Amino acid sequence: MLDQEQGYVTADGRQIGGTVMDMRNITLRFGGVTAIKDISFDIREGEIRAIIGPNGAGKSSMLNVISGFYVPQEGDVYFRGQKRAPMRPYEVARQGIARTFQNIALFEGMSVLDNVMTGRLTQMKAGILSQALWRGKAEKEEVENREICEKVIDFLEIQHIRKTPVARLPYGLKKRVELARALASEPKLLLLDEPMAGMNVEEKEDMSRFILDVNDEFGTTIALIEHDMGVVMDLSDRVVVMDYGRKIGDGTPDEVRNNQEVIDAYLGVSHD
Amino acid sequence: MFYREAGDFKTSYQDDNQTFPIKFDRYRYYFVLFVAFAIIPFMINDYWVNAVFLPFLIYSIAAIGLNILTGYCGQVSLGTGGFMAVGAYAVYKLMTIFPEVSVLIHIVLAGVITACVGVLFGLPSLRIKGFYLAVATLAAQFFLVWLFNRVPWFYNYSASGQISAPERTFLGEPITGPATEAWAAYLVCLVFVTLSAIVARNLTRGSLGRKWMAIRDMDIAAEIIGVNPLGAKLSAFAVSSFFVGLSGALFFAVYLGAVEVGEVFGINKSFLVLFMIIIGGLGSIFGSFAGAAFLVLLPVFLKNVLVGGLGWPTDLAAHLEFMIVGGLIIVFLIAEPHGLAQLWRVTKEKLRLWPFPH
Amino acid sequence: MPEQLVFAMEVFLNGLMAGVLYALVALGFVLIYKASGIFNYAQGVMALFSAMTLVGIMEGQVPFSHLINAMLGTHVHHFGWHLPAVLGILLTMVVMVGLAWLVQVVIFRHLVNQEPIILFMATIGLAYFMEGFGDLMWGAEIKKLDVGLPQGINLWIDETTFNIFDYGFFIDNLDIVATIIAALLVGVLVAFSQYTKQGRAMRAVADDHQAALSVGVSLSFIWVMVWSVAGFVALVAGIMWGTKSGVQFSLSLIALKALPVLMLGGFTSIPGAIVGGLIIGVGEKLFEFALGPIIGGATENWFAYVLALVFLVFRPQGLFGDKIIERV
Repeated sequence: MLDQEQGYVTADGRQIGGTVMDMRNITLRFGGVTAIKDISFDIREGEIRAIIGPNGAGKSSMLNVISGFYVPQEGDVYFRGQKRAPMRPYEVARQGIARTFQNIALFEGMSVLDNVMTGRLTQMKAGILSQALWRGKAEKEEVENREICEKVIDFLEIQHIRKTPVARLPYGLKKRVELARALASEPKLLLLDEPMAGMNVEEKEDMSRFILDVNDEFGTTIALIEHDMGVVMDLSDRVVVMDYGRKIGDGTPDEVRNNQEVIDAYLGVSHD
Repeated sequence: MFYREAGDFKTSYQDDNQTFPIKFDRYRYYFVLFVAFAIIPFMINDYWVNAVFLPFLIYSIAAIGLNILTGYCGQVSLGTGGFMAVGAYAVYKLMTIFPEVSVLIHIVLAGVITACVGVLFGLPSLRIKGFYLAVATLAAQFFLVWLFNRVPWFYNYSASGQISAPERTFLGEPITGPATEAWAAYLVCLVFVTLSAIVARNLTRGSLGRKWMAIRDMDIAAEIIGVNPLGAKLSAFAVSSFFVGLSGALFFAVYLGAVEVGEVFGINKSFLVLFMIIIGGLGSIFGSFAGAAFLVLLPVFLKNVLVGGLGWPTDLAAHLEFMIVGGLIIVFLIAEPHGLAQLWRVTKEKLRLWPFPH
Repeated sequence: MPEQLVFAMEVFLNGLMAGVLYALVALGFVLIYKASGIFNYAQGVMALFSAMTLVGIMEGQVPFSHLINAMLGTHVHHFGWHLPAVLGILLTMVVMVGLAWLVQVVIFRHLVNQEPIILFMATIGLAYFMEGFGDLMWGAEIKKLDVGLPQGINLWIDETTFNIFDYGFFIDNLDIVATIIAALLVGVLVAFSQYTKQGRAMRAVADDHQAALSVGVSLSFIWVMVWSVAGFVALVAGIMWGTKSGVQFSLSLIALKALPVLMLGGFTSIPGAIVGGLIIGVGEKLFEFALGPIIGGATENWFAYVLALVFLVFRPQGLFGDKIIERV
């Protein structure tokens, strides 16, 4: 079985394990348009896997397949060695897959803290009657989960805005809150859809640091879609390259950088 | 300078989570409760009870119910009148089938029955969203009114089609029926309101409330991060309908005493409660009270000023009332979509700094 | 031919005609919704208001007479003139265009970009306001409206069907005229929307406000135009229903009837409004005819809604509506 593969240790001492997510022969169609054509790749535990490619290549669709929002017409998704049965997106989330969204999907009617707390919803079990009474079980659970969320809030340095309604926040902070919400669920696999989009150099550095810290401290497996090549090359252990729904490259950043097909389709050649 | 939080630091999440974190607010809340429970019952008379307090208290419960469904969970319902009718007819049947059981238990049971009906009519919300759902709830409204009008079992085969609340007592004091005293009716409703508000507050501040708000704000993202939309929406319908049913039961048994379903629980009732939560503030328990107070007091005020004071005919006052309510809805939607509750919040924030400007 | 079948045919025909009227009212909604994303709950009240204004203008009523009398202690009610129907209709149209302009400027210009449900609630507020305003302006009593449309049983149909079926169909002349006028109006509106420059601009606005703005379409003009057209449709509907049952409050409830029509046909579709109207019109009457006596009668109060609801569960966008695609 795939997840018996041997792990290894990276140059900077991080532990990479066996396969945690295996996409096999995924084909996704919308009516007459084929968004993803027969793509297979895997993600290993503890690594940072980048998915890159030109616009319209199907990267977000691939992320949506991983998080269960789209169901591929062909192919299978294996998570932690188990083939994924037909299930709703919220059941996928409960398995331990969290994500951020390309166009920020925060809950604008709530504060930062409440948004981060929604990340804990899959773990909060108190029933409706105990919540109606509040004192006792429900309050205890609320305080426990609040502590977990506060740790995430500390980690991402957003304490000063925890009671602010998210609608009032600038773009960069919204992205950070979305990351906090995803982290609050203590996911096994974290999917980031263009986490650096729309950021300046400083903000990108901050976000890169957070992503590396998440991977380093918690060992979270991360798959990210990103356009900034510098970020991709610096952060990721392995890269998948997509173009027009097909996979045209799969390997370490160096391997991919020198792949002719990838260069033609996406990277381009530098003219000295 | 009276209203401040300087020096009032919270040292536990429990304290941070409380309903009234600022001391002044908390004392104000206790004071209001004291006046409501200990002072008003001694000062009250029939007119005030019937014109102001009972409708205010009962509509507050209905408004809390609708606010949970529409304000917190984003599912618009135009079926509030119909669900109040369910509560009323449920309590009527229970009272007449089990006359020995306390009417207070029947009222709660009526709420539970309404909750079940609410879940049933809420099932389409899984396929139909937003505005289409609002229209679908109209189906519930019209069907329910028709049902209670046409199926004689519901009104115990009476010739008039009306239902009348038989007298029931609690601790020896009549609380339904014509012998009920003003203060008894008032206290019964007050107790229900207080408990309802506490329960509603608890539900909306916990994980269930967050599930509801997540569905309201972005239901697709909510599902992707792990919220089961079916569970969240149906629980919103259930809890909301419970409160609406409670208010319908009280409306019939304690307030009106006799009801003809088409007049009392028609679509105008649905709109009335909807207006209460729009004006009062969507997604706010306080707003439910504010909106209910406003829409109960407005016709009383107009009647006293225009008819009593200026001698205008009553239908003119009624027409003006329509214009004012309709106009206010529009004004609030344009200028302050979060209603009176938001205006109140902004006022409090300014008061926290007073007398300093910032 | 079996008697029940003959009765059913009569019911069917009456249902078709009711359906055409529903379609007409629904059309007013579709137009506004297509152009602005607003579901105008006030359409029914607008029909009532336009009919009241028509009667008021034709009969020479003094506007706000009730109020003026209460405030000043006077007893004025009428100016004393009687205007012909055509002039009355023209003047009423002027009023409705003015109303359309006011509604746009005072209300909806400030609500651009809000979600549909907020816009819907604003139109509910508008409906309440207009109801009070209309009552204040013209008085709330039932008024008789007579613009010269033929009424009463159509004798030709009565005789002909009697000769064929041994049973004379009762089809009211007014319904026939209403059907013809409504069908004409529908045809004109469809042609307008598809083939004229303004119609094209309206469809552009319905598709994408920003894009329409960027090609030079004036949003305010289109919206005032759309609300005026809706006002005209409301007036026609008001005249039809008002002639039939008198100008009174229940006229405003037509709005509520149009909702299931739109749910069935799809909110954005003109053919949908027509087909939906016919289905509801026929379905309602046939259901009441067939099953009404068994389950208690007056099923017309809710049948349309339940039918539309059931339909929506299986096809959330209605028969012809745009399929709702959700992206994340």
